[in-house]
Amino acid sequence: MDFDIVRSFVDAMRSAFGTSAVLFALAGVGLNVMFGYTGLLNFGHVGSLLVGGYGTAITVNLGGPLWLGILIGITAAVLLGLLYGLPTVRLREDYLAIVTIAAAEILRLLTRSSALEPLTQGVFGIQKFADNFYDLNPFPRGSYGVWRITWDANTLWAIVVGWLLVALCVWLVWMLTRAPWGRVLKAIREDEDAARSLGKNVFGYKLQSLAIGGAIGALAGVFFAVQSQSVNPDSFQPIFTFLAYAVVILGGPGRALGPVVGSILFWFLLSFTEAVLRQAVSAGFIPDWLLTAQEVAAVRWILVGLGLMLLITFRPQGLLGSREETLIDAR
Amino acid sequence: MTGRAGSRLLAGQHDPVDDPGRAAGHRRFSVPRLVAIALVVVAVALISDQAMGATGLLGDNTLVAQAGRSFGARFLNTVVDGLVVGLIIALTSVGLSLIFGVTGLVNFAHGELVTFGAVVAWFLNAGTWGFQVALPVATVLAVVAGSVFGAGLEKGIFGPLRRRKVPNISLIVTTIGLSLVVRHVILIWFGSGTQKYRDYATQVAKDYGPISITDVKLAIIIVSLLVLALVGLLLMKTKLGKAMRAVRDNRDLAEASGIDVRKVILATWMGGAALAALGGVFQGIGFAGVSWDLGFKLLLLMFAGVILGGLGTAFGAMVGGILIGVVTQVSSLWLSTEFKLVIAFAALIIVLLVRPQGILGKKERVG
Repeated sequence: MDFDIVRSFVDAMRSAFGTSAVLFALAGVGLNVMFGYTGLLNFGHVGSLLVGGYGTAITVNLGGPLWLGILIGITAAVLLGLLYGLPTVRLREDYLAIVTIAAAEILRLLTRSSALEPLTQGVFGIQKFADNFYDLNPFPRGSYGVWRITWDANTLWAIVVGWLLVALCVWLVWMLTRAPWGRVLKAIREDEDAARSLGKNVFGYKLQSLAIGGAIGALAGVFFAVQSQSVNPDSFQPIFTFLAYAVVILGGPGRALGPVVGSILFWFLLSFTEAVLRQAVSAGFIPDWLLTAQEVAAVRWILVGLGLMLLITFRPQGLLGSREETLIDAR
Repeated sequence: MTGRAGSRLLAGQHDPVDDPGRAAGHRRFSVPRLVAIALVVVAVALISDQAMGATGLLGDNTLVAQAGRSFGARFLNTVVDGLVVGLIIALTSVGLSLIFGVTGLVNFAHGELVTFGAVVAWFLNAGTWGFQVALPVATVLAVVAGSVFGAGLEKGIFGPLRRRKVPNISLIVTTIGLSLVVRHVILIWFGSGTQKYRDYATQVAKDYGPISITDVKLAIIIVSLLVLALVGLLLMKTKLGKAMRAVRDNRDLAEASGIDVRKVILATWMGGAALAALGGVFQGIGFAGVSWDLGFKLLLLMFAGVILGGLGTAFGAMVGGILIGVVTQVSSLWLSTEFKLVIAFAALIIVLLVRPQGILGKKERVG
């Protein structure tokens, strides 16, 4: 196979604006409320997505309408945020990180357990529950896009709705954080004791932050479930949360548009390097003893990890943030 | 960084009863705390009830082989099995706990140190590098390699970051990135399959009274107990051990009394990583075989053990690790094995809510 850089670019652009980018932008906007604005190290963000996705899938599966499912999914995620927030928000950030990752893993293990199989269908997950969403698709069959970057009608419908949701959530977060409420969140992030000594109810604000972040995360889960018409416990591994962190930190924590920019760029870079590496391997530019085609996927994660380490150390404000505002936990 | 360990200790000395705000806060949060605990307990009870109904007493767990035995014998055997699991968790988490104690770092990449040991021993044992070494020798070499790796991480990454005064949240995110990098380098290096060690691949259980156990597992128990006892002695009796505990208690005071804190931290990393590597080899021998994500799968169990015993202390990690191993294993007498991890993680959360300092930890502020 010959080396075709244009095709890599087309693949990368498709994924930079496609469904994964929407998913991570939404998840990132939610995470940004908790991590970027409030400084809460929630390592179990994927739990909210799981609850959102499964809430929708189970409701529809039991005979409920799709809109009710979405509503139930989001409500359940808010409750989940409060449930593990109530006792744990007081803990120091490292403890919070451990508790939240454990809580998300408990949820995943429960959904794949045989005891809950009547409800969740265990390891197989639930499929084909969102036909109603695609029935609403206004685009006639065909392929749409600019130049060679195209999608089919159903994917385009999902992407358009997805980016509208992202825009809505970004606007919501921007409005909320521009208000005094958001300034309190930032104050908590910078110096919790100072905020408390000014009479702010730090505990309450942190809970609200967890609830709102969780609700947006659930929306991401709903989008994922509806778009792919399937939920499966193993889509909700802890690594998802870590990638969402990479997205938020890349874009700039504590900036409303940060996760969106981060997600587009993240998926562009990830897909571009993968496509180029794959082609280089199959064209023989990279010898087989060094890297085989199957190992390219692992190289992506190595790059993500390296990027995460370098960014958080040398440019913690990401692309959009300001240096002064990101002295998270400046003790 | 200098301030961190110190401020933690100062906060620890702060008696909550003397602090009206703190005491009031305690009262205020005790209700949601109780509600949360009740919810977790109810959830676990519900699940256990369902699981009992669904899978019966024996379920699909390893005990099917022993179905003919009396309950007492099965119980004993499960406890012994749990002891093996627990000792491995204890070995691997001593380093996690000590590194936290000495530097304040919660290392999400600790699982990769475990995998590293298992993988190095596998390569040495399988003879991929042109020479084949018996597994006991390979284990020793892997432990040495592990401690070099640990020293490299401290010298190359975490030492410099500490001196840059990188905030705690960023450090935790760094360990996440590091874990991704190391895990996938191992994936490329080792491959995605699960491999057994060449030696001790097939094992027959021998009977000792009511207990039946393979020679390898018995050896794991004995060696682990010896190593843990040695670690305990080292911490209590030697100068280095005392220095480690001093740095953990108060870094500034330790430094002021002439302890070379950098050297102590380096020694902690080396020792912790060596123990993690040893635990990794044992996990590979005793249980699933070696795979690229062996350590990552253990990570949350290690955290559970460490938090149960008390974050920051070596003895806490030992006790907590063993307890987590035994409890999860024994739970499989009644519950389906798929709930083992759920129980361990639920225990982690409940301990943090009820007694955040763990069983052996000192009372200190964690919020």
